[in-house]
Amino acid sequence: MSSELEVGRHALVPKHEVLSKKEVEELLKQYKIHTHQLPLIKSSDPAAKAIGAKPGDVLKITRKSQTAGEAVFYRYVIEG
Amino acid sequence: MMRIPKLIDSIDFCLMSPEDTRKLSVTKIIAADTYDEDGYPIERGLMDTRLGVVDPGLRCRTCGARAGECPGHFGHIELTRPVIHVGYVETIYGCLRATCRNKKCGKILLSEQKLEEFRKQIEDAIKERRKWWEISTQIVRSAAAVEKCPHCGEKQLTIKFEKPTTFIEGKNRLTPSDVRERLENIKEEDLPLLGIDPKVAKPEWMVLTALPVPPVTVRPSITLESGVRSEDDLTHKLVDIIRINQRLAENIEAGAPHLIVEDLWELLQYHVTTYFDNGVSGIPPARHRSGRVLRTLAQRLRGKEGRFRGNLSGKRVDFSARTVVSPDPNISINEIGVPEYVARTLTIPVRVTEHNIEELRNVVRRGTDIYPGSNNVISSEGKRYDLRYADREELANKLEPGFIVERHLKDGDIVLFNRQPSLHRMSIMAHEVRVLPGRTFRLSLSVCPPYNADFDGDEMNVHVPQSEEAQAEASILMRVQEQILSPRFGGPIIGGIQDHITGAYLLTRKGTLLTREQAQQLLASVGKFFDLPKPAKRERGVEYWTGKQIFSMLLPKKLNITFKAKICKNCARCKEEECEIDAYVVIRDGQLQSGVVDARSYKALDRCEILDRIVKDYGTTVAREFLDDVTKLSIAAAVMFGFTTSIDDEDIPPEAKERISEVIEDAKDRVSKLIEVYNAGELEPLPGRSLRETLEMRIMEVLAESRDTAGSIAEKYLGLDNHAVIMARTGARGSMLNLTQMAACVGQQSVRGERLSRGYRKRTLPHYKHEDLGAEARGFISSSYKDGLNPLEFFFHAMGGREGLVDTAVRTAQSGYMQRRLINALQDLRVEYDGTVRDDRGAIIQFKYGEDGVDPARSDNGKAVNVEKIIERVIGG
Ligand SMILES: [Mg+2]
Ligand SMILES: [Zn+2]
Ligand SMILES: [Zn+2]
Ligand SMILES: [Zn+2]
Repeated sequence: MSSELEVGRHALVPKHEVLSKKEVEELLKQYKIHTHQLPLIKSSDPAAKAIGAKPGDVLKITRKSQTAGEAVFYRYVIEG
Repeated sequence: MMRIPKLIDSIDFCLMSPEDTRKLSVTKIIAADTYDEDGYPIERGLMDTRLGVVDPGLRCRTCGARAGECPGHFGHIELTRPVIHVGYVETIYGCLRATCRNKKCGKILLSEQKLEEFRKQIEDAIKERRKWWEISTQIVRSAAAVEKCPHCGEKQLTIKFEKPTTFIEGKNRLTPSDVRERLENIKEEDLPLLGIDPKVAKPEWMVLTALPVPPVTVRPSITLESGVRSEDDLTHKLVDIIRINQRLAENIEAGAPHLIVEDLWELLQYHVTTYFDNGVSGIPPARHRSGRVLRTLAQRLRGKEGRFRGNLSGKRVDFSARTVVSPDPNISINEIGVPEYVARTLTIPVRVTEHNIEELRNVVRRGTDIYPGSNNVISSEGKRYDLRYADREELANKLEPGFIVERHLKDGDIVLFNRQPSLHRMSIMAHEVRVLPGRTFRLSLSVCPPYNADFDGDEMNVHVPQSEEAQAEASILMRVQEQILSPRFGGPIIGGIQDHITGAYLLTRKGTLLTREQAQQLLASVGKFFDLPKPAKRERGVEYWTGKQIFSMLLPKKLNITFKAKICKNCARCKEEECEIDAYVVIRDGQLQSGVVDARSYKALDRCEILDRIVKDYGTTVAREFLDDVTKLSIAAAVMFGFTTSIDDEDIPPEAKERISEVIEDAKDRVSKLIEVYNAGELEPLPGRSLRETLEMRIMEVLAESRDTAGSIAEKYLGLDNHAVIMARTGARGSMLNLTQMAACVGQQSVRGERLSRGYRKRTLPHYKHEDLGAEARGFISSSYKDGLNPLEFFFHAMGGREGLVDTAVRTAQSGYMQRRLINALQDLRVEYDGTVRDDRGAIIQFKYGEDGVDPARSDNGKAVNVEKIIERVIGG
C-alpha cells in the first residue's frame, strides 16, 4: 500500500473543477448572490486537494443525478 | 413600508451579576407577606404595587399604568448568605476541580505550555465560528486529574459533588461562600478555557447574593368564588425564601450557634434551588400545604405543557372545532359535512355593503340560536354587540355599510380540515362546508387516504379562515381537488377505495348486462341525467347495455389509454384484447372498449391510470367530478348486484384439503431428512455460510415452497366468482396471501427473519426435545386460520405477531423524532423563481430543485414529459 489513492479517478467521486475568475463572476451574477451564499467545501477536502483548490476558489462539481441525468453544483472553498 | 424599529444583529446570553439584579430592581423586598387585613398590598412585600398590578382599579407605583397596561417590574431580595444557582452547578463543579485550591494561586492546573495550546484551539474555534466553549470539557477533564499544582506546587484535594448543590473537599463541606471565593480567584484570562466568556460573565455570579423577584404579572394571585385569595406557586416559594432569609439574618445577628446558622443556610439553599427547579434529583420536591408538588420556574418552561411546547410551538386557537368523523358517500371530496350545532358557533365576519345589507339584516334578526343567523355585530366605529344580549331588531335596522356581521358558517364556506398527526401537507386541506344534521363531521371516503382517517372513533379539527385573503388562499392552494396528486410519488393519493373498486369491477366485467331500468337507476344515483347510448344488445325485444357502456359515460370525451388491469396475471404472452379475464384495458375516445376497471384504474395510492390521466390532461375540476361520479356509480353498482363476503368464501373441497396436507406432510418429511443429513455431517454448505446456516436456509426454502404450493392448490378453487377473491384480485381489499392463509395453510412464523428459536433452553417450548429443529418445533403452522390453530401453533403465531407490534411502535417513535428534526432543519427552505432552493439567508442549498427542477406532483412518473403517453394520445385519438 505505497501508492497514494487518486481520489479524482474513483468512480464515486464526481468531477471537480476550479472555476476561472470570470466564470465565478458570471455565476454570482446569474444567481444574484455573494460567495458566502454558496455551499462550502473545505480546502482539506480530498476532492478539493486533488485539484489543488485554494480558499476563495469556487468549484464546479458535475454529478450523476437520478432525476436529471447530470447535475451541476458549485461550492466555495474555505480554509480548513 | 413598515419601519423596523431596531435591527437585531446578534444576541449574547449572559450571566446576571448581583449588581445587574439590583439595578433592575424597583424595590428591595423584605416582608414575607402579601396583603394586609384590608386586602391591600403590603409595602416592600411580595405584592408591592411597585412590582406592577394585577387587580383592576389599582395603579402601578413605578409606571403609573393600570392592570393590563403595566408590564410589571422586577424587585429583588438581598440574600443574607450566598446561595448556589442550581442551573450552573455543573459549570461550578468544573471550575472548582480545574483550578488550584491555593487562594493565592487559583490558576488552571495545567502547564503553561498546555494552556497555551488550548488557548490557540479556542481562538481558532472562535474564528471558524465553531462551538469554542465545548473545548472546556477536555480542559476540565485533564486539569481535574492533576494532583499537584504546576504553578505553585500546592497539593490538590479531590472535590466531590453531591446532588444537587453540595461540594465536598476532602472531608470538609464547602459553603457557598467558600465556593464563591474560589470562583472569584479564577484569573480572567483563564475563563475562556473553562467555557466562560469574560465579556459577559464572571464565574462568581453563578453563586447568588441577590435574587430577582419577578413582577406580580408573572405570578398573579387568583380570587376564588368564595372570596378567598389564592397565591401563585412562585409567590409561595418566594415567601419561603424571604422567611428563611430573615430568620438566618436574625440568628446571625443574635450570635446563634454555628450549627443553627449552617442549618438555616442549607434551608435557604433548598428553597432557592426548588424555586428555580422543583424537579432536581437529590432533594425532595417542595410541596404545597395540600401536598401538591409546586410548579416553579423550570416546570413552567419544560415539557409538553411547558411554555415552549405548549404555548409557543403550538397554541390553542379561536374559530376551530373538533368532533368525531363519519363517512358520507354522497358528498363531494371537496366538501365536509359540518353539524348545525358547530355551524352556529363558528362565524365568518362579513362587511355590510349595499348589496348584502337586506340579507345580513335577516341574519342579525335571527340571532345566535336560529340557524342561518349571526353571533356578533361590529359597528363602523368598532363597537361590538353580542347578539345574545343585544336588541336584535334594533340592531338590524341600525345596520349600514361599514358594519361587520359575524354570521354563522353556511354552505360553500371554505374551512381547513385537519387530522393529527399532520405528517404531510395533505393532512390539512381546504373543504367547502355542507351544513348537515347530526353531531359529526362528514367526509367523502375518497379523502380518507391523505388524512389516514377511518371511522373507528377518529376525531378531526376544523379551522375557519377569517379574512377574504385567507379564504381565497386556502381555496386556491389547499382545496382537496388540488391535492389529488401527491408530491411524494407524483400519483393520486385521493381516489377510490375498497367498495369503489369492487363496484367498478362488478359493473365493468364481461357479461354485465343492464336493462334500461337498471342503467337509468345507476346513472340516477350519480345525480346527473344522461341520454343512454345505443344499446349493446337486443334480445327478445329487450334492450341491454353493458356495464362498460355505463361506465364510459363518466369518462371525458377523447380520453385514450391502454394499460393492464390489476387482475392481470402477467401471462408470458399477453393476449391483449383477447385476454380471457378481460385484464387488458383499452379506452378509445372516452369509451371503455375492453378490460375491467379495478385498482389500476382509480384506486388511491395505486398506479391509478385513468384518474392520473384525467388530472394531468383535463385538470383538477374534471378529475374531482369524475371521482365523485365514479365512486357514486360504483357503490350503486355494488348495491344493485349485491356483494358480500363471509367465512365460506374460504371453503375449499375435501380433496383439496387432502392434497394440501399431503404437500405439507411431504415438506415436513423433507425437513426431517435434511436434519438427518445435517446430523450425519453430510450436508453440503452453501458458499459463505456455516453448516447450521445452510440447514436453516434449506429448511426455510422447503417450508416456504410447501406453503406456496398449498396456497396455489387452494387458489385453484378460489376463482373470480368468489367475492373474497374479487376483492383481493381487483385490489379492493385483502390479498391472495390472506385468503390462502385462511383456506390452506398459515405457514412459517418468524422473528427477525428467522425461524423461531428462543424461549426455553435449546427449544421454543417445553413440549419439544432439546435442539429439535423440526418444522413444528420451530414455528411452522400447518393449520389454516379457518381450521384453527392448535395451542402450540397459536403461541408461535403470537410470537410472530408480537414482533410486528413492537416494530410499528418503535418505527412510529423513531420516524416521529426524525420528522421533527427534518421539519426544524428544512422549514425555511423554499424554491425561488430562478429554480434554486435557498434558505432564509438566501444561501443556495440546491442549484436546481430536485436537480431537474421538476415538481413531482406535476410530473408524469417523475419526468416532466412522458413521450409515450403523448404518442398514444396523438395516434390513439
Ligand atoms: Mg382510527
Ligand atoms: Zn408598572
Ligand atoms: Zn496553584
Ligand atoms: Zn393479461
